[in-house]
Amino acid sequence: MLGDFAAMRQSIFDGAPESAASLAKQALVAGVPPLEAIDQGFAPGMADVGEQYAQHNMFLPDMLASAEAMKAAMSVLEPELKRHGEQRATAGTVVLGTTKGDIHEIGKTLVGTLLTANGFKVHDLGVDVASEEFAAKARELKADIVGVSALLTTTMRGQKAVVEALERAGLRSSVKVIVGGAPVTRRWAEEIGADGYAKDAVSAVTLVKDLLEHRFALDSR
Amino acid sequence: MRPKLELLDRDLLARILDEAFEILEVIGTKVGAPEALDLLASAGARIEGGVARLPEALVRRTLQSVPHEFFLYDRTGQPTVHYGGDDVHFDPGSSCLNILDGETGQPRPAMTADLVRMVQVTEMLPQYAAQATALVCNDVPSEMGDWYRLLLVLWYSDKPIVTGAFSVPTLRTMFDLLAADSGGMAVLQEKPRAIFDVCPSPPLNWSAFASQNMIELARAGVPAEIVSMPLAGATAPVTLAGAVVQHAAECLAGICIHQLAKAGAPVVWGGAPAIFDMSTGNTPMGAIETAMLDMGCAQVGKSLGLPTHGYLVASDARQIDAQAGLESGSSALLGALAGINMISGAGMLDFLACHSIEKLVIDADAIAGAQRLIGGIEPRSEKLALDMFTQTGIHGDFLKLKETRALFRKEQHFPSAVIDRSGDSNVSGILTRARQRADELVAGYQRPAISPEVETALVTVALRQAKASGLDSLPGIELPAVVSR
Repeated sequence: MLGDFAAMRQSIFDGAPESAASLAKQALVAGVPPLEAIDQGFAPGMADVGEQYAQHNMFLPDMLASAEAMKAAMSVLEPELKRHGEQRATAGTVVLGTTKGDIHEIGKTLVGTLLTANGFKVHDLGVDVASEEFAAKARELKADIVGVSALLTTTMRGQKAVVEALERAGLRSSVKVIVGGAPVTRRWAEEIGADGYAKDAVSAVTLVKDLLEHRFALDSR
Repeated sequence: MRPKLELLDRDLLARILDEAFEILEVIGTKVGAPEALDLLASAGARIEGGVARLPEALVRRTLQSVPHEFFLYDRTGQPTVHYGGDDVHFDPGSSCLNILDGETGQPRPAMTADLVRMVQVTEMLPQYAAQATALVCNDVPSEMGDWYRLLLVLWYSDKPIVTGAFSVPTLRTMFDLLAADSGGMAVLQEKPRAIFDVCPSPPLNWSAFASQNMIELARAGVPAEIVSMPLAGATAPVTLAGAVVQHAAECLAGICIHQLAKAGAPVVWGGAPAIFDMSTGNTPMGAIETAMLDMGCAQVGKSLGLPTHGYLVASDARQIDAQAGLESGSSALLGALAGINMISGAGMLDFLACHSIEKLVIDADAIAGAQRLIGGIEPRSEKLALDMFTQTGIHGDFLKLKETRALFRKEQHFPSAVIDRSGDSNVSGILTRARQRADELVAGYQRPAISPEVETALVTVALRQAKASGLDSLPGIELPAVVSR
């Protein structure tokens, strides 16, 4: 056997970045095509974790460890993919950040990690981000989704500013905006013209999937 | 005997404080306000890249000047809230944007009329020693959000107030309102009616606003209540002990800034700690571990002889249901047993995202139970039972005894009609009973007698600020005839 796909899968499940990276290297040395290592080895490990998480057998720290392991494997495999001119199909591109004046990042970072682990390409702008920066990055990456986080009632208004900045940039029809954070409600999301709101990081992943599925469904009509 | 529950033994308590001091000395704390950094630097802290490393001796020295007790006063000048010792008081949860609509049972944005009703209900319930500026009113411009709540509470209540500012300029407006209410800044300093919550950002970050806020409060002589909120497992160590260490370090750093601004100014060791739920990423306020954190944090503050605060009696349920009852009821008991001086949070639902007047009414009965509990079991008479048996004999009828009549009111707490003991199978559900009770309380409410001079002074400050936000009326307030717009 060229690559030990079961061991790759297990390394993600165990959240073991060193072992994942070393299995990725071994696979390349053995001549396993990088896309095959991802699709048959590492990615199924992430799917296992998602399943166990849904069943309440695994929890956020487990999932974060698995995401780290996935990242370690990908950092070995991605340069090879590029060299072969191959690209892993992404589920979508997401730009994330916390509003201007707000320095809270835990919720947003968690959303980013879970989206990445679910096959999305995530660009995290960090905290205290101006609305124009969201728009500029969304344009640059041709983002499908812009996610705006705010923890404070005072910085929540920055979410509206991002929606407006995307409108000004003429991107509003091509980008879905999702908002989240402790004071944020579905009603607020509707009021500011956002496309979706999620109560927590796990439902944010479902929300993003639903929004994109819906959009693709509309596109294919 | 006053029942008391402590979760930390002497050894663990000492280790917690040792590590908190060490963290401040080795890791340090972020401090945003340049003035706070200057104060710390001139007192001997090492400042580097906005991080202040505080020598233990400095922190211990500033602890020396903190008052071990102080009072909040009601409108009539009576000291009704005692911060200090094991005295326990409750107030509603604060600054919520949403309210559970009493009619529809659904959450919606809170308006001035909701806050007025909530203040009236709180005013009528003796279980709440203080009012909170409980709701942010969505029908006034958001830049007025913090001080407008305070204006409404001052207008409709006599009780002391737990409040907080959203910015330094509006903090000063709030001082102006309180001074107008008290009859001047000097009276306010002598008999403070309000205390201001100030929140460091976990971990170990006294932001520019939070640190400047502490300085302003200390200099104004208005009590400050530190609300440190480690989220165990996310923005704080996952262990309860580790999160209590972080809470202690954040409080010690805040006290250091505060006392350097003005030694002897009143400050409270408080917080709203919570665990981080590893399944959902939420921060459950109704979790037992959250209550344990509040208890542990308060015990550390008490060991330093400081007044304490905690955030309990809140539930994560989204409706008023059995979960809301069990979470709020059990944490009310635990907070009272821990002897926390001010316990905020009653009325809150949904991870503090929603307030409810009906829940506030129900929680009052849970609080009454907790207050009864800490009353303990007392002897009341020389012989505990023997004398009564001597009078009644072995088949005794105790109902007729004069001791029964003399003592039953001390022994038994009588809950409101919210608690069903009727035995009536047709009794309505608790939500209906709570709504009825809130209606009765509001019907019996009378607005405090506020002198025309004070009313005019309050309205003058408020209108000046409101006009700056483009508003020429004060929603929820009928302007006195003497005031011209």
